[in-house]
Amino acid sequence: MIEEQTIIPILPETLVAETRKMRDQGYRLVQICVTRLGEELELDYSFDLNRRFVNFRFRQPKIGARVPSITSVYWCAFTYENEFSDLFGVQVDGNALDFKGTFYMTAMKHPFIHDAAPIPTAAQPLPGGQ
Amino acid sequence: MAFFQMKKMILGWTFRTPVTTRYPFAPRKICPGSRGRLDITIANCIFCSVCAKRCPTDALVVDKANKKWHIDRLRCISCGYCVELCPKKCLALAGDHGIPTVTKDMETF
Amino acid sequence: MGTRTLIPFGPQHPVLPEPIHIDLVVEDEKVVEAIPSIGFIHRGLEKLVEKKDFIEYVYVAERICGICSFIHGQTYCQGIETIMKIPVPPRAHYLRTIWGELSRIHSHLLWAGLMADAFGFEALFMHSWRIRERVLDLIEATTGGRVIFGSCKVGGARRDITPEQMHWLLGELAEVEKEMRLIVDIFMNDHSVKHRLCGVGVISKDDAVALGAVGPTLRGSGVADDMRLLKYAAFGDLDFQPITRSDGDSYSRCAVRCAELFQSVDLIRQAAAKMPAGEIAVKVTGTPDGEFFSRVEQPRGEVVYYIKGNGSKNLVRFRARTPTFANVPPLVKMLAGCELADVPVLVLTIDPCISCTER
Ligand code: SF4
Ligand code: SF4
Repeated sequence: MIEEQTIIPILPETLVAETRKMRDQGYRLVQICVTRLGEELELDYSFDLNRRFVNFRFRQPKIGARVPSITSVYWCAFTYENEFSDLFGVQVDGNALDFKGTFYMTAMKHPFIHDAAPIPTAAQPLPGGQ
Repeated sequence: MAFFQMKKMILGWTFRTPVTTRYPFAPRKICPGSRGRLDITIANCIFCSVCAKRCPTDALVVDKANKKWHIDRLRCISCGYCVELCPKKCLALAGDHGIPTVTKDMETF
Repeated sequence: MGTRTLIPFGPQHPVLPEPIHIDLVVEDEKVVEAIPSIGFIHRGLEKLVEKKDFIEYVYVAERICGICSFIHGQTYCQGIETIMKIPVPPRAHYLRTIWGELSRIHSHLLWAGLMADAFGFEALFMHSWRIRERVLDLIEATTGGRVIFGSCKVGGARRDITPEQMHWLLGELAEVEKEMRLIVDIFMNDHSVKHRLCGVGVISKDDAVALGAVGPTLRGSGVADDMRLLKYAAFGDLDFQPITRSDGDSYSRCAVRCAELFQSVDLIRQAAAKMPAGEIAVKVTGTPDGEFFSRVEQPRGEVVYYIKGNGSKNLVRFRARTPTFANVPPLVKMLAGCELADVPVLVLTIDPCISCTER
């Protein structure tokens, strides 16, 4: 069976207000996800109430993305907000528990907005076999 | 009472043989169909490189010119994808996992 | 007000099998604040999707976690199948259900052992794991792997369970069930176990929802939310009701998991009885173009995979939100106000699986 998934486009300015409405209806924050689409980032905020799946979506530029924090509504969003600010370099304003870029200790800054580095190839065989 | 339950269980097991095996001395029972070490029947291989190209961990290197087939045992995750893909069906997963090694060598067939 | 002391807990700690670090601010013996940090072993598997094609990635998805590995593979395959509109044969759905429930039994038994270890009941720990070993044997005989099943693929299953194997599996399962009754009885009724669990780390129903808890952590607080109600795989044909407990304390979460052990056995029996004959896989042609949020119930709770493809053989984005990631905020909430000695027990009541969290 395939579940219904509602995707609602919203504006970043109304994010906190819209999220508060979901909270008042008793929705649970399922996840926040960022997708890199060329020069833009797509942000998805997903909610669930009795297995009704609702998703808010809006876009931001890849460099210099800035979103308001929803930790004032859903405190638990701090994990997701720290995650995407570390991996995608999205600036989050007003995060209740801001790790300031130390949530994930990655070797490079904001790895997910760059193309993936090539995977090390198989160890070369000994010349002519053994 | 659950207290006596635990006592009963512990006492019961005092007189039984252990369920663990003394591993290096007694070998592990191998279950048929278990995915273990990758084996090749090199005589049937046509060196088409399908296995090497599709292996998720790049564990295989096929040398078509010299008719050699190399495997890095430490990279192989025994997933069995190459076994499914091989057109000559010359690959198979053995039940055992092979002996431990201390060096990262390529094995050549 | 007493003096405040900062006690670091983890990433290396006897009770933790995996690295998570929590800064505990304590006043005397009471924890007043807890700040979690993860990210010690972040592997960037979400990024690997740009290098591996979508069929190969099943093997990676399965290895996100070593405990609920099968369900990770299943979630991924279901996502791809939904995007590509692949008609998965019903028998494959039933096989996936059976393996999924087997992995739930083995995961809950693993947890039971670790939990017993956390409150210092070593004998119970060993007995839980002895029983788990039999479940692992069942898994190895039917799929070929003990923890990495490797039996799910896009379009169906890679192996079939023969009728003889099924007969043997059900026989073994009946014995496992009998043994599980003994240890569950101890978990539920033993005085010393109850003493450690009852009333510790209470999360109210509203808090659990607001903090985004999933799985037994949510159901232990009285919310009947289980992704198996979405009727994925064969759950539409099986008689299934989520198990809930209303107290919201450690004992409730423990009780939910213990009851789920028997529920999983029951579900396997139902699935085995109703299993249709036929194909186990269909051939997959084409590439995924579209997006889907794939949600499946793992032993630890709901896992969400966001899969987006653009018609090329590599996906554009693959995102996994694993249950432990969602259960970290409830854990932080539980820790504030607890006794220092209860910290290990509380950390284990959410059944943390850090390797999932650090995809
Ligand atoms: S796929 Fe089979 S035949 Fe082709 S190179 Fe590999 S082992 Fe040889
Ligand atoms: S079994 Fe899997 S990992 Fe090993 S060589 Fe074959 S494809 Fe590669």
